[in-house]
Amino acid sequence: MSDHWKLFLRNLNEFWKAFRRNKLGLVGGFLILTALLAAIFAPALTPHSAVDIMRDSNGRALTFASPAMHSPLGTDDAGHDVWALLIYGARISLMVGFLAGFISMFVGSSLGIIAGYFGGAVDTLVMRVTDILMVIPDLPLMLVLVATIRQMDLKVSPLSVLILVIGLLYWTSAARLIRSQTLTIKERQFVARARAIGAGHWHIVRKHILPQLMPLIVTNTVLILSTAILIESGLAFLGLGDPTQPSWGTMLNFAFSRSAISNGAWWFYLPPGIAILWVSLGCILLGNVLEEMMNPRLAAHYLEGDKGMIAITDKETGL
Amino acid sequence: MTPNPILEARELHTYFPVPQSLFEALMRRPHLSVKAVDGVSFALMRGETLAIVGESGCGKTTIARTLIGLEAKTKGEILFDGKEVALRDGQTAIGLQHLRQRAQMIFQDPYESLNPRATIFDIVAEPLVVHGLAKSERERTAAVATALEDAGLRPAEHYFMRYPYELSGGQRQRVVIASALVLQPELLIADEPVSMLDVSIRAEILNLLRDLRQKRGISVIFITHDLSTVAYFADRIAVMYLGRIVEIGLTREVLRDPQHPYTKALLSVAPAPNPRLRRKRVILQGETPNPINLPNGCRFHPRCPVAFDQCKIKDPQPTVLSKTHQAACLLLEK
Amino acid sequence: MNEKPLLRVRGLTTEFATSEGAVARALEDVSFDVLPGKTVGLVGESGSGKTTTLMALMRLLPASGRITKGKVWFNDTNLLALSEHEMRDYRWKSMAIVFQGAMNALNPVMKVGDQIREAILLHDLMDRSAAEKRVRDLLEMVGIAPARRDQYPHQYSGGMRQRAMIAMALACAPDILFADEPTTALDVMIQAQILQLLKEIQKALGLAVVIVTHDLGVVAEVCDEVVVLYGGKVAEYGSVDRIYNHAQHPYTQRLLESFPDINNPSETLASIPGTPPRLTQLPPGCRFEPRCHVKINRCAEVSPPLLEVEPGHYVACILREGKEANFQ
Repeated sequence: MSDHWKLFLRNLNEFWKAFRRNKLGLVGGFLILTALLAAIFAPALTPHSAVDIMRDSNGRALTFASPAMHSPLGTDDAGHDVWALLIYGARISLMVGFLAGFISMFVGSSLGIIAGYFGGAVDTLVMRVTDILMVIPDLPLMLVLVATIRQMDLKVSPLSVLILVIGLLYWTSAARLIRSQTLTIKERQFVARARAIGAGHWHIVRKHILPQLMPLIVTNTVLILSTAILIESGLAFLGLGDPTQPSWGTMLNFAFSRSAISNGAWWFYLPPGIAILWVSLGCILLGNVLEEMMNPRLAAHYLEGDKGMIAITDKETGL
Repeated sequence: MTPNPILEARELHTYFPVPQSLFEALMRRPHLSVKAVDGVSFALMRGETLAIVGESGCGKTTIARTLIGLEAKTKGEILFDGKEVALRDGQTAIGLQHLRQRAQMIFQDPYESLNPRATIFDIVAEPLVVHGLAKSERERTAAVATALEDAGLRPAEHYFMRYPYELSGGQRQRVVIASALVLQPELLIADEPVSMLDVSIRAEILNLLRDLRQKRGISVIFITHDLSTVAYFADRIAVMYLGRIVEIGLTREVLRDPQHPYTKALLSVAPAPNPRLRRKRVILQGETPNPINLPNGCRFHPRCPVAFDQCKIKDPQPTVLSKTHQAACLLLEK
Repeated sequence: MNEKPLLRVRGLTTEFATSEGAVARALEDVSFDVLPGKTVGLVGESGSGKTTTLMALMRLLPASGRITKGKVWFNDTNLLALSEHEMRDYRWKSMAIVFQGAMNALNPVMKVGDQIREAILLHDLMDRSAAEKRVRDLLEMVGIAPARRDQYPHQYSGGMRQRAMIAMALACAPDILFADEPTTALDVMIQAQILQLLKEIQKALGLAVVIVTHDLGVVAEVCDEVVVLYGGKVAEYGSVDRIYNHAQHPYTQRLLESFPDINNPSETLASIPGTPPRLTQLPPGCRFEPRCHVKINRCAEVSPPLLEVEPGHYVACILREGKEANFQ
């Protein structure tokens, strides 16, 4: 129905109007968007690929060449163009981060909703598993898991292993958050009304619980993206990335293990570091702003005025 | 009025267990429960409006929720159209799902009972969707439009794509009513439908409910704390105190000739919109005791202005005062 | 009305800046008197400005609101001309307030008695031991056993918490008590108890009381004078008997007819179609005009002045006759 489309556009417009007011959110959105665009249009942004080796006129590889016209961010120890590595690496880093983030959010939200909505034994079971996962230190566990799965010689690409391990281990805080929110929503009157109408569990979760949770889920997905990207970088830095498909973490690992630092090749390790910072800062800025917009409790501070003044409710002023 | 009741409650009990701490469980303390509804019986005739009146904590909302299956009953029977309400349909039973198609509930708070992220169309169409009725888009649109217009929201199309926050309290309550009407129910359970609304809006909603009742012959259970609304709206009144009906009768009987001391007190404090009618009020001291530890004997005796010794010992049974009027007080048993 | 009013409100006008940048005229030209020992009821629906009036009198408007015009005479002092520091002396000591829903605003982890004592000590009225005695006296005055001084708010019922809030408002022996919806959300029996308590306290202390409420029953029960507010303006003002039995403003008339009367159940209730105006989009003429059942063309153009239709009875409606109100 065209009515639904109009409604969607109206909501989008209202969201944009509110979002536009906050400069930090715009900055966050800009940071993420540029990284995404760079990853998508990588071939258009550099004539080289990540495996091309820069050579001088004599055909010798240019190793640790400082930034120049042909390679704007210099070259690495094997003569690869760092700028090409960086923007192709963005594809890997962002893909692993986004997929792992989405998986963990999906798993966390589903488990949180199930635990919160059904309660009782289901709740206890899910929450105990969550507690156990929470007390095991993430990074060492992931290290061990990734290394073990590699050993097993399964026909899975190393990147998929990375994505799954991060995604399937990192859902605990999301599950807790979503569960507690579900518990509150479950008690609200419109859920009782839906039950009184005769609605089943699936209908109630889909039509009444999930729409209220959506802002929270979106916000947390954005926030969790930065964590996923950081963890991916950490694991790759420790050598668990895919050496044939370098990500920013892998670049740092190479830079570290191939003595870029002692060679003074700052153009090798600084760009991937800044890129990681760029994206995770973007996620955090955007996430915080979204949270502020969508969580009415955080928005309330606009009402506070001078000392000794008290706010009158909306109802009374009729605004 | 046909003689067969649309709804009947027989010795209905709804208890809520009080959660025990680990210590209490270890000490094998007895399990306590809140006796929200503690033996309530009544019958609602077709086309009739019964008001259940009482203060907060008397169990009136719990009755409503138990009748529609939102709370599980502890003991007793609920009969709808002569069939016992059960989980599934049967020979002599009517399933909850089926009941919820024929009986609808209106909640107190129009600000809370509408999903803030659903459009008015979706809210009103929801009962149809849930029960798999009006499958085609056109049928559904027509049903929703009719329900909204019956509830006084005209033109209906104007409201379809709006959200609850764009409507005033009165309009929201009309949406709630529309979504209850869309299934053409036989019974409406209204839990304080106007208490959250502004005075000038209240009258409109009450008039609307009354018209609908008269036009469609819907039976209504009207739950309220406000006796003056009842006088306008109900055929019969049941006055509740601490989980029991203490007096039940025709509106005129109960309001003109109240027999139970609690009813008398309630009536004397009911607000009258005229300063010339400032009456001598019977103001009961204290507040309703908590329904975990009920007083012995008559449960009203600690606050009763006319209690005597026997009241502390003997639990009064309903005394039949007329064919339609009953009250449970030892003073009447004598 | 020979007695000198304790509080004279004259032409009180406030404005609110809304987040969209519009200006909401929350109150316009509100005037009334409060006589010592008498009760005034401010009646109106949501958005009529009744709470705003109280807040403006106490000078406790939120930061987005300001008083643009008017005078508030407390005896012979214009409260609006005082500095914030001087005003503090009047607040609580001369005029105390029980906020709407205040009974839910007690600090849950502090003993009720301590909270009342804090209110006393904050105003440097007496030393600790005297304050302690005062707490017990106050609790007794509002009908709470002094033994319950050391209990926490969650051990109190709703009615008792409201009593405690009244005790707190009385802590500094004010001359005027403002009560914002003091009985809303309470059961009828508890409502009756609280109203009775207010009457008793008023009698014992000779207190003037201003009650803000939407409940016409409460007003009929306890008030001497009534100010009916609609859309931020006074629609009708007069003694409770004249207002209830000879209402002149169409809004007041309809409002009274829409109130179901237990003694006299009618067939249909009068209703007022439409909704109260939004303060950002006020109609140009009479604010009640869009909902009025007796309006004439001129109502949409002219904002009606407050007319004195009989001594002490004021109505803002151009269909009535009387001389324009001239408050002293």
